[in-house]
Amino acid sequence: MAYRWKNTLSDNDVTDHSLFLNRRQIMAGAAGLGLATAIGGPRAALAQEALEPNSFEDISSYNNFYEFGTGKDDPAKNAGALTTTPWTVTIDGMVDKPGEYDFADIMAKMTVEERIYRFRCVEAWSMVVPWNGFELKDLLDLAGVQSSAKYVAFETLYRPEEMVGQKFPTLEWPYVEGLRLDEAMHPLTIMATGIYGKDIPNQNGAPMRLVVPWKYGFKSIKSVVKITLTDKEPPTSWNIANAREYGFYSNVNPEVDHKRWSQATERKIGGGLFAKRIPTLMLNGYEEDVASLYEGMDMSVNF
Amino acid sequence: MIKDTINSTARRIPAWLVYTVGILPAAWFLYEGLTGGSGADPIKALEHELGEFALKLLIVGLCITPLRKHLGVNLLKFRRAIGVMTFVYVVLHLLVWLVLDVQIVSQIWADIVKRPYITVGMVGFALMIPLALTSNNLSVRKLGVRWRKLHKLTYGIAFLGALHFVMVAKGIQLEPLLYMAVVLGLLALRIPKGTLQIAGRFTAKSVDN
Repeated sequence: MAYRWKNTLSDNDVTDHSLFLNRRQIMAGAAGLGLATAIGGPRAALAQEALEPNSFEDISSYNNFYEFGTGKDDPAKNAGALTTTPWTVTIDGMVDKPGEYDFADIMAKMTVEERIYRFRCVEAWSMVVPWNGFELKDLLDLAGVQSSAKYVAFETLYRPEEMVGQKFPTLEWPYVEGLRLDEAMHPLTIMATGIYGKDIPNQNGAPMRLVVPWKYGFKSIKSVVKITLTDKEPPTSWNIANAREYGFYSNVNPEVDHKRWSQATERKIGGGLFAKRIPTLMLNGYEEDVASLYEGMDMSVNF
Repeated sequence: MIKDTINSTARRIPAWLVYTVGILPAAWFLYEGLTGGSGADPIKALEHELGEFALKLLIVGLCITPLRKHLGVNLLKFRRAIGVMTFVYVVLHLLVWLVLDVQIVSQIWADIVKRPYITVGMVGFALMIPLALTSNNLSVRKLGVRWRKLHKLTYGIAFLGALHFVMVAKGIQLEPLLYMAVVLGLLALRIPKGTLQIAGRFTAKSVDN
């Protein structure tokens, strides 16, 4: 079911790019004022002030997509080589209708809506992205999730001839990710197929990528070709690479530091050379929506 | 011969040129950062570029002796300037980290103590301070043999610098590993021949070739 969650971040139209730039300047001033009032006030006030979508340019030029290289500008440089048509997604495991789903067929059945989400990278930078996409639940419902399923496993395309980064073992390829079923079914969890109303650029995970806004960015797996419903916690790439630093949950949490850096603050991309750090919000500001999923869990153990 | 051409050219180039030319990349990185040329996160870009350039200078500095010893190319007159410029770049790298990146004073100390890659980087920086302070003629004269000994710290600094880069990378990344390989290679050239022969007797094949 689409539209289960409504943007509260910004009611403004995000399509007109020139308007953005104007608004950004106004917001820059407002953010300054917000900073002053937020010192004693709630953190959310500060976050609300800072919520201005990043430019299409920022979003499509500053990417972590190691399949195309480890530099931030590598994906934009190298992802042009990726063919995204035809594209099929295998949905298998504990589903009623396992099989290969054609991307075009999926799109014909899904309701695409806009979601303006905060995006917090584990490297302590962040953006605000106006995604276009559909709820993952709708796609899973299409395949019919069986009651025995507890987790969802995802896999990125493995095609080293088009994805140059896969020629070097930065990570074990293909990239894999996973969610608990209730996380996957949550209205906030979407499969994004566009940004700013345009088709999602290859470097951002074309033609279809997961977006889980309350988790660190690497959970939001790109260019998905396989979705498997399972009853076991699936392996995840960064956890395989370094279990000490990257847990299965990887929920945004200012109180649980990364082993090599603090997660208490972040720098919003687009603020230039003198951008101030802003406090990182619990569950990336989606605490009200998703905290109930983790009730009774110790987030510092299940990081 | 190429060697003689290089040597005679080098003799005509004043060492101070290393300082003036050497600072240009830093100015360029800053300009790029201010004008949007270095991408969406200019702070990280600047920090990374300065650090990587310092590592490059360290490597260039480590090349001087082997070049002279093995190829007869004499660039010794530039070594001090290269060393000083390395220190300048490390200081700039550190300043960008402190002032533009971390910003929060309490977090800076926590990072230095808690994060091994930063600890490694800071130790490397600390070891450079005595070298920078003694990079003048008076110190060379006064310290004599001890000056040469002291400046062998460069080997450890280069290793720590490369290690710092390897440790900061997420996943297995090629670039920092290449820097480490080059640094280790240059350090290996310093191992006296005898040491290798002695070591060779304990292993099946000779390391000498």
